[in-house]
Amino acid sequence: MQFALMIYHSPEEFAMRKNDYNDPQLGAWRAYHKALVQARVYVGANALELPETGTTLRLRDGKRRVQDGPYADTKEQLAGFIILELPSVDAALEWAARCPGASLGAVEVRPLAPEAMQRGFTG
Amino acid sequence: MNGSNQEDTHRTIERVARESYGRLVAYLSVQTHDLASAEDALSKALLSALTHWPQDGVPQNPEAWLLTAARRSVIDVVRHQRVAQASEPTLKLLKEDSMETMLGTDFPDERLKLLFVCTHPAIDPAMHTPLMLQTVLGLDAARIAQVFLIAPKTMGQRLFRAKTKIRSGGIPFEVPQERDLPQRLDAVLEAIYAAFGIGWDELFGTDQRGRSLAEEATWLARVLLQLMPDEAEVQGLLALMLHCEARRSARRGPDSRYIPLSEQNPKHWSLPLIEEAERHLSEAFKLGRSGRFQLEAAIQSVHAERGRTGRTDWAAIAAFYEQLVRISFSLGTQAAYAAAVAEAKGPEAGLAVLESIDRDAVADYQPYWAVRAHLLQRLGKTREAADAYDRAIDLAEDPAVREFLLQKRG
Repeated sequence: MQFALMIYHSPEEFAMRKNDYNDPQLGAWRAYHKALVQARVYVGANALELPETGTTLRLRDGKRRVQDGPYADTKEQLAGFIILELPSVDAALEWAARCPGASLGAVEVRPLAPEAMQRGFTG
Repeated sequence: MNGSNQEDTHRTIERVARESYGRLVAYLSVQTHDLASAEDALSKALLSALTHWPQDGVPQNPEAWLLTAARRSVIDVVRHQRVAQASEPTLKLLKEDSMETMLGTDFPDERLKLLFVCTHPAIDPAMHTPLMLQTVLGLDAARIAQVFLIAPKTMGQRLFRAKTKIRSGGIPFEVPQERDLPQRLDAVLEAIYAAFGIGWDELFGTDQRGRSLAEEATWLARVLLQLMPDEAEVQGLLALMLHCEARRSARRGPDSRYIPLSEQNPKHWSLPLIEEAERHLSEAFKLGRSGRFQLEAAIQSVHAERGRTGRTDWAAIAAFYEQLVRISFSLGTQAAYAAAVAEAKGPEAGLAVLESIDRDAVADYQPYWAVRAHLLQRLGKTREAADAYDRAIDLAEDPAVREFLLQKRG
C-alpha cells in the first residue's frame, strides 16, 4: 500500500532552508532520497515553497473568497511530501524516522486512500 | 424443548462466547484487517445461535458453527459493498470459505496478533486497554466506558475511531520482529496491567464488576503466557497479578474498612494463589532477563514472605524498588521506594527520597502526601504531618482510604 510522509516545519525551520547545493541539510535530504530509491519504495516527492507564498480560495454563493496565506493558521506548516510504496505503517514509520524532516519539525504518516476509491476520483 | 434445557443452551452459548470470542474475532480480523466487521459478524452469529441451538440442539462443535456463521455474515457485508472496496484480504477470506470443513476447531489462535494490533504505537495509548477489553474479551463499550469513567457514547466513538485506523491505517496483523519485540511487548503488558489496575480501583466500591475485570485481566495474562511461554516479563506480570489477587479479601475489614498491607492478617491471604505466583516468578528468574514486572512481583513476593516468617524484609524491598526506579521511573514507584527506605533505614532516610522528587510533579499526587504525612508523624513533626495528612485526605478518591487517613491524622 502507499503512504504519504508529510513534512511539517516551523517558521524557524523554513528560515533555515538554503538554496545551496553544499548545505549539509540538503545533503541529508539527497542521501535520504537515494536510500528510498535504492530500497525501491520511492513513488514520488515534492518540496513546497514557503507557506506565506500560498493563497487559499473558497467559493461561497458563487463568489470567490481569496485569502492570502496557507489554509491552516498554525505554527507548523506543510513543507513537502513524499509518497512511498510499503507493506505496513510499521515500515512507513521506519522510513519516517530516517527522514531528515523528523529530527527538525515533524513528519505525519498517512496512508493514501485505497485504490478502489482512487479510481472513483480519477475514473 | 423445555425451559431448563433452554436455559442450559443459553448457558452453553454464554460459555462458548466467553471462551471463544477473542479467538474468533482474532481469526476473522487477521484475514480481513477489519475488527469492526469481525465483531459485527460474530455478534450476528451469536444471535443466530440463540435462535437455532434451542431448536436444533447445540452443535457438536459450537466454535466451528459460530465461525462458519460469522464468516458467512462477513461475506454478505463484502457482497454489499463490493463496488466500494472489496479488499484483497477479504477476497482471501472468501476463498477460504470452502476450507472451513477442514478447519474444525483447529483454526489457528491469532489472539497474540490481535493483542499486538490493539497496542500498536500508531494507536492512542489511552485506547490500548479499552480495545483489548472489547476485541479479545468481548466487553461492550458501555461497560468499558463505565470503568474508564467516561460517557458510553464517547467511548464508543473512540473505539470506532481506533478500529477505523486499524482497518485503513496499514497496521500489520502480525507478531513484531525480534528487534521491536521488547518495546511492543511492553505495551501489551502495560495494557493488561492497566485493566487489572482498573479492576482493583473498582474494588474500592462495593460492586462486583471490579472483581470480574481483575479476573478478566488475569485471564488475559494467562492467555499471553500460553502464547509466549518464554518471555520472562509475561511470567513476571502474571506473578505480580496473582500476588495482588491473593490479598484481595485481606484488604477489607468486616466493616469494609481499608486495611493497608502492613496491617493485613496473612491468614487471610490465599496460599494457593501465592504459591502459583511464586512458581511463575521463579520461572521468570530462570529465563535470566530482569524487567519491571518481575521486580514488582519480587517486591510482592517479599511481602508475602511475612505469612511464613512473621516479619517483612524491608531492606530487600527497598533494594528492589531502587532497581525499579532506575529502569521504570514513576511517581508511584518513587513514593513506594521512599516508604520502603523509611522502613529499612528510618523516617529521615525516607523523607530524603521524597525530597528528591520534583515538588510541582507531586502537588496533586495523593500517595506522595500520604507517605510524607506518615513519615513526618513518625519524626514527631506533628504540625507538618497534619498539613500533609490534609493534602492526602483532600486528594483521596476512595472514602475508605479517606477514613483511614482521617484516623491516622488524629
